[in-house]
Amino acid sequence: MEETNVAIQVHGLQKSYKKLQVLKGVDFDVARGSIFALLGSNGAGKTTIVRILTTLLKPDEGTMRVNGFDVLSQPARVRESISLTGQFAAVDGMLTGRENLIMIAQLRHVKDAGKVADDLLGRFGLADAAGRRVSTYSGGMRRRLDIAMSLIGNPRIIFLDEPTAGLDPEGRIEVWQVIQNLADHGTTVFLTTQHLDEAEKLADRIAILHNGTIIVSGTLEELRRLFPPTKVEYVERQPTLEEIFLAIVGSGKKEQQ
Amino acid sequence: MNTHFFSDTSVMLGRSMRHITRSMDTIITVTITPIAIMLLFVYVFGGAIQAGTHNYVNYLMPGILLIAIASGISYTAVRLFNDLQSGIFERFHSMPIARSSVLWGHVLTSLVSNAISVVVIVLVALLMGFRSPAGVLAWLAAAGILVLFTLALTWIAVIAGLLASSIDGASAFSYPLVFLPFVSSAFVPTASMPGPVRAFAENQPVTSIVNTIRSLFEQQPVGGEIWIALAWCVGIVVTGYALAMVAYRRKIA
Repeated sequence: MEETNVAIQVHGLQKSYKKLQVLKGVDFDVARGSIFALLGSNGAGKTTIVRILTTLLKPDEGTMRVNGFDVLSQPARVRESISLTGQFAAVDGMLTGRENLIMIAQLRHVKDAGKVADDLLGRFGLADAAGRRVSTYSGGMRRRLDIAMSLIGNPRIIFLDEPTAGLDPEGRIEVWQVIQNLADHGTTVFLTTQHLDEAEKLADRIAILHNGTIIVSGTLEELRRLFPPTKVEYVERQPTLEEIFLAIVGSGKKEQQ
Repeated sequence: MNTHFFSDTSVMLGRSMRHITRSMDTIITVTITPIAIMLLFVYVFGGAIQAGTHNYVNYLMPGILLIAIASGISYTAVRLFNDLQSGIFERFHSMPIARSSVLWGHVLTSLVSNAISVVVIVLVALLMGFRSPAGVLAWLAAAGILVLFTLALTWIAVIAGLLASSIDGASAFSYPLVFLPFVSSAFVPTASMPGPVRAFAENQPVTSIVNTIRSLFEQQPVGGEIWIALAWCVGIVVTGYALAMVAYRRKIA
């Protein structure tokens, strides 16, 4: 495998569902160790791109390489390099949190599955809930477990499809910290989101998918430069509702811990 | 690619067996209903049925086992459907595992769980007076046919689980299968039925399977019937598997 600085390469990706052409020639590169955010409205085709890159769906046209491996001709090598956290927390509700992690560790043939599971449970604040069935977990806990399951086996690239959908503000911030932490440790993160603030906060590069193509991509600074500089106005800034919420709830939570 | 097939499949088997042991209601529904039918037919209708054997439990048992299996496999479809809905099916398929282990885990779970309910029902039938002079070989042969029958219906369940658009759809397909033994030689001899019904009953798979298993238990010669039974089972396994693979490929690249 030639080691390049590009973790994901996509060129001329096209995909239609029957007559509806969802992707009309998508191109982008994702640098190793970076956080790449794919923005787009509902139905823009973000999940389709994720499913193609994670070898779950065949494209109509295009060349895609993930971790240097061709998605179409080397799907098994691609799967060894990645992890997918889908749009809905793909956890097994009948199993406990610990059993879910052990199951994934066994499937990834990780040594000492029990220890790996316990480490992750601690890291994701799930140690107390480890022996409980996941069907009793809150949305945020399920999502954390979901992401924890994706980290087993240390994949080079992690795909997160709308990882904060349906989470409360605290849950979102927890997930953001996890994502930032991953990137700090060299994992490439491919993220899709509808939340602009999420992309703004996390992403090294942002691409906007619209009408089947990437209409703009670049760093936040580059995107800002595409638009005329904002007029400077002085206004009294009110705290956002999110800030108020977190100020009240967040402090209470810290006292509990 | 398939180097981990056996270990991956055993992880999958362990997972869905846990689903079964943790939802006792599925085991209860799958075994209680056939046992209730057996009680009803033996102690309520049995006295009036002229089946030509002195022991009606002996006559009834093979058909009851097939009903148990036909209702048992609907849970396989439901479990598979739930996996697709929850996204865990896609998670498994994006992982470096033997992909076929995902379906085989469900298929083996179906075989194991149906074997458990068959054993429970045979034990209840023994309490109700079921007796068989059959030797080990005949029991093994009967078990083999039941395994083949389970496998055949399981692949049909896999198709239903993959194609269903709702949880009800995933389980409803099994109703006709559960009903099929009633229009066969399972409860009464087909000779007592009116022409067209009799023609249907004598030419549908359940009759030949029931007759074969009954002959094995009674230590009677199975005759040509066993070949018809095997042909049905193998035929359904092969077609069911082929169609299940088509449905599977439409779900996953």
